Amino acid sequence: MRLSALLLIALRSLARNKLRSFLTMLGIIIGVGAVIAMLSVGQGAKSMVQTSIAGLGTNVITVFPGGGSPGSVRTEAGTSSRFTEDDVEAVRREAEGLRYITPTARVSAQVKYGGQNWRTSIFGAYPEYLQIRNWSPAEGIPYSLSDERGAAKVALLGKTVADNLFGDGANPVGQTIRIKNLPFRVIGVMEAKGQGSFGQDQDDIIIAPYSTVQKKLIGGSYAQNLTASAVSEDAIPEASAQIDDVLRRRFRLGGGDTPDYTIRTQTEIAAAAGSVSQTMTILLSSIAGISLLVGGIGIMNIMLVSVTERTREIGIRLAVGAKGRDILLQFLVEAVVISFFGGLIGVALGAGASTFLSSVQGWAVKLSLSSILVAFLFSAATGVFFGWYPARKAARLNPIDALRYE
Amino acid sequence: MGLPGGTEGLSNGAGDPPIVAVRGLAKTYTMGEVTVEALRKVDLEIARGEFVAISGASGSGKSTFMNILGCLDTPSGGLYLLDGSEVEALSRDELSLVRNRKLGFVFQSFNLLSRTTALENVELPLLYRKDTRPAENREKAMAALRAVGLGERFHHHPNQLSGGQQQRVAIARSMVNDPVLILADEPTGNLDTRSSIEIMGLFQGLNAKGITVVLVTHEPDIASYAGRLIVFRDGKVIRDERNPAPLRAAEELARLRPSEKIT
Repeated sequence: MRLSALLLIALRSLARNKLRSFLTMLGIIIGVGAVIAMLSVGQGAKSMVQTSIAGLGTNVITVFPGGGSPGSVRTEAGTSSRFTEDDVEAVRREAEGLRYITPTARVSAQVKYGGQNWRTSIFGAYPEYLQIRNWSPAEGIPYSLSDERGAAKVALLGKTVADNLFGDGANPVGQTIRIKNLPFRVIGVMEAKGQGSFGQDQDDIIIAPYSTVQKKLIGGSYAQNLTASAVSEDAIPEASAQIDDVLRRRFRLGGGDTPDYTIRTQTEIAAAAGSVSQTMTILLSSIAGISLLVGGIGIMNIMLVSVTERTREIGIRLAVGAKGRDILLQFLVEAVVISFFGGLIGVALGAGASTFLSSVQGWAVKLSLSSILVAFLFSAATGVFFGWYPARKAARLNPIDALRYE
Repeated sequence: MGLPGGTEGLSNGAGDPPIVAVRGLAKTYTMGEVTVEALRKVDLEIARGEFVAISGASGSGKSTFMNILGCLDTPSGGLYLLDGSEVEALSRDELSLVRNRKLGFVFQSFNLLSRTTALENVELPLLYRKDTRPAENREKAMAALRAVGLGERFHHHPNQLSGGQQQRVAIARSMVNDPVLILADEPTGNLDTRSSIEIMGLFQGLNAKGITVVLVTHEPDIASYAGRLIVFRDGKVIRDERNPAPLRAAEELARLRPSEKIT
C-alpha cells in the first residue's frame, strides 16, 4: 500500500477519536516540550559558565594561601603562606612555562570625586595583570612599569566606578579622585566585563599599581594572591608544577608535606564547571527521557486498544489481500503520526517555554537547532518503538479469527 | 478466460483444469483436550464457470470448507489446488496474494469498512496491489459500483445504505480485482426476500460472465438459484447433485412485483 494511502488512513483514524488522540499526544507533547526546554536551559547555563571562565583571562593560574586538599584544616586566607615580591621574582625566573606573573592585593575603600562617594575594591597588580586577564582600557591608557616602580598614584576605573563617580558618559581621564583621602590620577576606564561567574559585578573595581596599593593603601608587604599566565594552554599543567616547585623550595617544604597554598588553574575551573553542567545535563535529560517514556507507553496503550477495536477491519483488509507488512505499516504509521504531531507541538511548546524563561525570568537560555532535531528524532523513535508491538500484534492476526471477532 | 457463458459449467472443455480440486481435505481443531474434526477427508472438484451452493446444518463443516477454499484458513491435511496450483503450503503473505488476485469474498454481515465511502470500500483490494495507478483503481472501482447499480451512491458511507445496497457494495468489492472465484458466505442471511433475489441476480450475472461462484446457504430457495448443490454433514459431503433447472432471479423478481403491489 502506498505511503500516502497509509497516512490518510492514519489521519482519519486519529480524527475519528480526536480527544483520545490528543490525550495520547499530550504525553509526547509534554515529553518533547520538556526535552527542548531542559536542553536550552542547560545549554544556556553551560555557555554562560564558559563565557565567564573565558573572562578570567588566558591560561590563568592562580596561587592563593590556604591548603587546597579536602579534609585539611583551612586557615584563614592571608594568615598562612605569604607571598613576597621576591617569591614572585623567583617564580618568574625559574618557571619557564609562565609568560606573566603578578602578585595581587585588594583593599576595600571609599572613593571620592567632588561630591560623589563610592565604596569599591582597589585592586593592586603589576601592569601585566591586564595581559593576563585580556583586559584593556576603553579610554585612556594602562599604567606602566615605571608607575609600578615609582608607586605612582594612578588608577584605572572599572565602568561601574566611573559611572557612579562621574555620571554616565562623562570622561574621567585626567581627573583626580581621592582614595582614602589620597589623590589618584585617573589614567583610564576599563572595558565593561559584566557579571562574573558568581554574579558579582566585575566592573566595580579600581586597578592600580601593586606597589601603590601595598605601600600607600594597605601598608603591608605580602601579596594576597599570585596570578600568572602560562605560555600556552598545553603548558598550563607544566607551569603549575613549576610554580609549585619553586614555592616548595622557598617555603622549605619536603615532597610529602602539604603546602598551605593552593594552585588553581583555569583548566581545573573549567573542568569543574564542565562536570557540574554535565551532571545537570544528565539530570535534566533523564527527566525528559522519563517523560518521553511515559508518553511512549501512552501511545502503546492506545495503539493496543485501537488494534483490538479494529480487529474486524484488520480481518477485512487481510481477506482482500493485505499482507502482514501492510497491516504492520498501517498501525506503525498511525503511531508515528501521533508521536510526530506530538513532537511538533512539543517543540513549539518547549521553544515557547524557553523564550518565556529567558525574557520573563531572565535565565540564560540557548535554543539550538540540534536540540530541536534531537527531540524530534526521539519522539519519532518513540512512535516506532512503542508502536511496533501493537502493530506487529495486528499484523499477526489470523484472518479468519479477525473476521469473526465481535 | 474464453469460457462459455452457461450457468451449468461442468461441460466445458476436457483439458481445462478445475478451478477448485481438493483431495482428502481435513481440518481438526483442538480445544483443550477435545479434538473436533471439522472436515473428514473431503474430495471435491469445482469446474470453471460453475455456480455451486453448499448447505448443511451448523457444525457440518461447510463454513470451515469455505474458509479453506478462500485461503483464510489452512487445512490440517490433504491437498487443495486452486486454479491449478497448490495453496496449502503457501506462507501467510503468499495466501494474501492469492486472495488479492484470484478470490472475491461476500459475507453475511457485509464486512464493509464503516466511515469509508462505498467507492473506497470497493477500491480496497486494489490498494494492496503494487502494479496499478490510483486513477486506474478509482475507475475500476466506479465501474464495479455501476455494475451493481450503485454508481450514483459511490460517496455514501455504509450506514447511509440499506442492507441490500451494502451487500451490493460488497459484491462490487469482490469483483473489482477480476477474480476467478467468488466465495459468498450466507450473503442473503441478513436481507429481505426482495434484496435476496436481487443479490442472487447479481451472482447469476457474474457467473454468466464466467466467474465461478461458490455460495454457502442454509435456505433451500436461495440454493436453488445455483446449478449444483452440495450438502455437508459431520465434516463430509453427503450429497452432491446438479440442479437441472435453477431459478432465474429476473423471473423471480418479476413474479414478486404483483404480490408486492397487493400488500
